[in-house]
Amino acid sequence: MGITEFNGTKSYLTSAELRDAVNVAIGLEKPLLIKGEPGTGKTLLAEAVAEALDTEILTWNVKSTTKAQDGLYVYDTVQRLNDSRFGEGDVSDIRQYINYGPLGQSFQKDRRVVLLIDEIDKADMEFPNDLLHEIDRMSFMVNETGDHIKAIYRPIVIITSNNEKELPDAFLRRCVFHYISFPGKELMTNIVRVHQPDVEESLLQECLAKFYWIREQKQIRKHPSTSELVDWIAALRRAGIAADKLQEKLPFLGVLLKRETDIDAWENPQPRKRYAW
Amino acid sequence: MPGKIHNLANATHGKSMFLDFLLDLRAVGLKVSMKEWLTLIEALSLGFARADLTSFYHLARNLVVKRESEFDLYDRAFAYHFKGIETHFDIDDDLLNWLSNPVLPRELSEEDLAKLKSLDLDELRKQFEERMREQNERHDGGNRWVGTGGTSPFGHGGHHPSGVRVGGPGGGRTAIQVAEDRKFQNLRTDRILDTRDIGVALRRLRKLAKDEQHLELDLPASIDKTAREAGEIDLVFSPPRHNRTKLLLLMDVGGSMDPFAELSERLFSAAHAASHFKAFKAFMFHNCVYEHLYTDIHAHKGIFTEDLLKEIDNTWTLIFVGDASMSPYELSHQGGAIYYGHQNATPGIQWLRRLRQRVPNSVWLNPEPKKFWGGTTSIGIIHDVFPMYEFTLSGITEAIDHLRGLLGTHYQPPLH
Repeated sequence: MGITEFNGTKSYLTSAELRDAVNVAIGLEKPLLIKGEPGTGKTLLAEAVAEALDTEILTWNVKSTTKAQDGLYVYDTVQRLNDSRFGEGDVSDIRQYINYGPLGQSFQKDRRVVLLIDEIDKADMEFPNDLLHEIDRMSFMVNETGDHIKAIYRPIVIITSNNEKELPDAFLRRCVFHYISFPGKELMTNIVRVHQPDVEESLLQECLAKFYWIREQKQIRKHPSTSELVDWIAALRRAGIAADKLQEKLPFLGVLLKRETDIDAWENPQPRKRYAW
Repeated sequence: MPGKIHNLANATHGKSMFLDFLLDLRAVGLKVSMKEWLTLIEALSLGFARADLTSFYHLARNLVVKRESEFDLYDRAFAYHFKGIETHFDIDDDLLNWLSNPVLPRELSEEDLAKLKSLDLDELRKQFEERMREQNERHDGGNRWVGTGGTSPFGHGGHHPSGVRVGGPGGGRTAIQVAEDRKFQNLRTDRILDTRDIGVALRRLRKLAKDEQHLELDLPASIDKTAREAGEIDLVFSPPRHNRTKLLLLMDVGGSMDPFAELSERLFSAAHAASHFKAFKAFMFHNCVYEHLYTDIHAHKGIFTEDLLKEIDNTWTLIFVGDASMSPYELSHQGGAIYYGHQNATPGIQWLRRLRQRVPNSVWLNPEPKKFWGGTTSIGIIHDVFPMYEFTLSGITEAIDHLRGLLGTHYQPPLH
């Protein structure tokens, strides 16, 4: 497989900096750590990389209970016990009961795949440190069988974080880090056009103006992001609302603002209460 | 002697862009490790970001800065370092110079030096020269993903005299302009925080205690053990984990706190939403604590401070939030309370001292920027009683380190 030309996939537009960061991470064989506001397409990036390189993507969705071991393999003792009771399967072959996790699977693929470790910050504080060795060496041992699993092709590791926890320094030092800034008007225009190719220019510009204006409002706690904007424009178009109608009132506000308190704050703006003492 | 590491002290002239840039990054407070620095050099040798200063700006940031809260520091160091020299920035020459005479900072640790010596700089230089020749022969334009595992990556194509990025969004801005924009300023850790940040910080207050006396059946562990022993029932018992933290939150809602009302509110809702405290109490006061503490912002409902003092003890953790800004007599005098008609028999500062004595594990968070603290007498007085921290992300992190005993029990943060 040679070099693949990439100018954003059909549905994923990106900045030059992000493309460069991906290149560096692949070139140096280091994990790429991606952070950014919700809705900036952190998770989609991994899919876009896989699509551009025409390869497979394995996703490891991290939860608060996820352990590093889960990504490598799990020995299903209960299944084996069950089989031994009911005489099914070959109980003497432990390998049958070793279920490989996403990391373990990615090592055994016969081509270079993309491994997405999604929302690594959801897990325990020590989780990233527990993975250091496996990600550095790209190998691990299955204790129950003595098998040594070593990556045939180093997977391209893309890790996303929402900043719920600080990641440990030792882990960070090994990563290439990229922070996806919230898209500016120009990039946002292009992103909307990908989803709504025939949107009227006047409506698009008016919506963008309102959208960025709402994002600047201090009383709004949960800022609308890209996906909310795209949904909002879709809703406006389906209802046949023209750009000039947006001057007076914002229809379908609930699509942009997801919290009741935000909608309330928007519709009933109040001067700050003052207590005189 | 090519490939051999020199010490900065021995260098006749340390005019290496790389080394100076590293020193500048460290000077602004970025903890760039030697490992990260060498990775950057490796990346450059592999041909990344050789085209212009803008791609160098992004490459170096990708590799040596790992938190967006530190981007602003990086921008400052970058603008300081490259301003004025961007037009005759030639990364190839510089890198080649450095690789043939690798001067290093004096402050290197033994460990760093060992790491460096294990790196074959001669090999790196050879690779780099080869890469340069290749690059001159072929004209690969930018925007490419890299090919198969570990082989030639190519960055942006083509030089541009003044380091102007080609083809990026909002193109035409130089790296210096980008750095000087300092658009990551609001991501700095000394910014004001939101509920989520506070919640994450508060979570660190957890004190997990294992209660060895009362064991509980650990069901998943029992099933696992039983299955591993081929069905021989084996029950596993383990001590339950309880959180012992008891948190008392006292918040100033007086007039001068108005600009920070939202901030206090966020702390309150974060603490309230945190389900992991064994006990949680929150009260409000105006300017200073006197005989009463309130449960509503209008100071109608409340309790006697005396009663609260009986309910709490040294197993509690106390966080004060307030600007500590008032007339000194509101602290020091009987009847000094700000309300006309409120004749407090005990001076405010006495109440504060009693709270501090009752709950030694306590801190004061002040939303007023630290640089103004010195100008307010009452802040100085209260700072003598409570360890005071700025109510920012870095401030609250320090405050919680303090509460966890990580800074030593008698530590008093400096006033200035």
